[in-house]
Amino acid sequence: MREITFIEAVREAQAEALASDDRVFIMGQEIGSYGGVFRATQDFVRRFGGHRVRDMPIAEQSMLGAGVGAAVTGMRPIVEVMFMDFVACGMDAIVNHAAKMRYMSGDQLRAPMVIRTQGGSGTHHGSQHSQTLESWFLHVPGLAVAVPSTPQDVKGLFKTSVELEHPVLFVEHRALYRTTGPVPDPVAPIPLGQGVVRRRGEDVTVAAVGKSVHQALAAALEMEEEGVSVEVIDLRTLVPMDVEIVLESLSRTHRLVVAHEAVERGGWAGELVARVVAEGFDELDAPPLRAGSKATPIPFARELEAAMISDERLIARRIRESLDLAEYSE
Amino acid sequence: MTEGAGLISSVTSPPVADRGGSTPARGTKFHGLSDARLLEIFKTMYTIRRFEVTMERAHLAGDLYGPFHSSMGQEAIPAGVCAALRTSDVVTSTHRGHGHAIAKGAELGPICAELWGRATGYCGGKGGSMHIVSTEHGFIGQSPIIGGSGLLATGAALSFDLRGDPLVAVAFLGDGAVGQGVFHETLNLAAIWRLPAVFVVENNGYAHSFRADEMQLNPDIASRAEGYGIPGVVVDGIDVFSVYAAAETAVERARAGDGPTLIEAKCYRWRGHNLGDAEHLYRDRREVEEARRNDPLHRFRQAVSGRLELAALAGIEAAVDKEIDDAARFAAESPFADPRTALEGSF
Ligand SMILES: Cc1ncc(C[n+]2csc(CCOP(=O)(O)OP(=O)(O)O)c2C)c(N)n1
Ligand SMILES: [Mg+2]
Repeated sequence: MREITFIEAVREAQAEALASDDRVFIMGQEIGSYGGVFRATQDFVRRFGGHRVRDMPIAEQSMLGAGVGAAVTGMRPIVEVMFMDFVACGMDAIVNHAAKMRYMSGDQLRAPMVIRTQGGSGTHHGSQHSQTLESWFLHVPGLAVAVPSTPQDVKGLFKTSVELEHPVLFVEHRALYRTTGPVPDPVAPIPLGQGVVRRRGEDVTVAAVGKSVHQALAAALEMEEEGVSVEVIDLRTLVPMDVEIVLESLSRTHRLVVAHEAVERGGWAGELVARVVAEGFDELDAPPLRAGSKATPIPFARELEAAMISDERLIARRIRESLDLAEYSE
Repeated sequence: MTEGAGLISSVTSPPVADRGGSTPARGTKFHGLSDARLLEIFKTMYTIRRFEVTMERAHLAGDLYGPFHSSMGQEAIPAGVCAALRTSDVVTSTHRGHGHAIAKGAELGPICAELWGRATGYCGGKGGSMHIVSTEHGFIGQSPIIGGSGLLATGAALSFDLRGDPLVAVAFLGDGAVGQGVFHETLNLAAIWRLPAVFVVENNGYAHSFRADEMQLNPDIASRAEGYGIPGVVVDGIDVFSVYAAAETAVERARAGDGPTLIEAKCYRWRGHNLGDAEHLYRDRREVEEARRNDPLHRFRQAVSGRLELAALAGIEAAVDKEIDDAARFAAESPFADPRTALEGSF
């Protein structure tokens, strides 16, 4: 199988969508002849033309809002928001328009669009360029949220997303861009709402998405040395959320840790935990725990970030806490 | 590169829409500035230049980390604008804000330390290069969310207005901010409430790889002021005296309660958008070299020759070189940001 990087997968996924469907076009800043600040659209203008790969002024409201307008009139826009933090500038288009068009119109209008963005910590971009905000969107009916962790999932989830009849928020962690993984040719579409077990284990289940999946796997290795067997589940999408796969796992491990880089308070882990408690209470031998970041903005300096961000050390600590091997600490 | 996209170096143009503001005094080359003030302005410009050069080297050497946006070539704008301000007036800034902080009087040591992520930085390492703040000097925040600096200054001006403080708020913005919807809201609000604000758009010809004339069909950003019923002024941002004159007029007008002014300072971004930018993808080296011949420091030296002793300028340069070296050493020798502070200060 071919090994490609995560960012190559993003590029291929978009190129395939542009090549196979005339209705697909892309809007974003620096995506044209510059090829995207992360190279997600490199060479696209030459291959697909500037009318389909459209450079934007710095105007998030416009690209998201016009994206909705184009989507309800038969196009399938991909809108790239350069940093996830900037979705805040175009929130109205996503929350009040894209998410609601279909429902409000009695299914006369549909807004099939993919909003691609990247975020996360680790590059010391400071508080306004490092956030993990996908949890915001779970609260808005009408939006799907995909958070891939591997190149293959990028391609499989994107293929599905671009063909759906509703908007999908497609969230990438930039720390993954240079990671590599095998991809079959062609990649089969991956349905939204279908998690996958990344590692089998018996003692504790860790559920995660995106970069946190890799950190959960690292924590699992660490715990293995301590004689603890950890199962790692990659949910792949948050809306819809595969609660079933988590419940199935819990029927064997009976302990759950949910890991995400997003701030723990109000993060999507709370939603999963609530569902698990409601539907699988009898399976639980310990309170489900969350491994999220501390409730502060992301600081610039390395030492400060390390003190608040969710990482493999925190996940390992939560696993121990769940097994009563350590005292719970906030 | 087409005309209007940053290389323009004509003298100050008259305001496009002038409602009560006066045209910057022309003819009087130094706008009444004393020798001491001229030297101060030179010192500010030279400090910004030297700071950017030194920090860029430190970044390349691996001493600094995180994104780095150099303001080299744009020194005359913060120097000229802030020379027209009082310490208690406030300034808001962008991602490209080192020069604004320096010109507003913030100290070099804590600025450097902030870029270095040290405990002694202005924000204790929480901010970094894009979030320097020194309230003591009226430097109340950079917003790297493009367009954000405008409303921050508008709100500050509102608070001065509400309290009756005779203070002025200045927002620095890039030409890229003009594309944001918030730019329109900002100007309109400040205009209808006649707030004591000045909006300075540094039109350096590019928003990352985008030429200013690709993002707007009307390359004269200042002409938009007319739509809001406020004065709009185009200045040659390479010429610190033109910048100063326009700023002084705008600041006086604001302080007098006559409302905001939009100043467009045409300049050129000498460096890539940030360190590591793939500049070759969108602009020609020759274009950059050509533009760099129009150096604000050089223009200053030419303008003052015959009035100021060149030795005095050389003396300032030597003193600034040492100050910057000291500031960099201060940063490098300062303790790293203290992890125990990471969870403090949100609420
Ligand atoms: C809301 C928002 N969208 C996009 C960006 C990404 N970005 C950072 S700087 C920049 C270009 C800014 O150009 P300009 O305003 O002209 O300022 P300059 O860099 O030239 O000083 C862009 C697009 C951002 N920081 N904020
Ligand atoms: Mg610019």
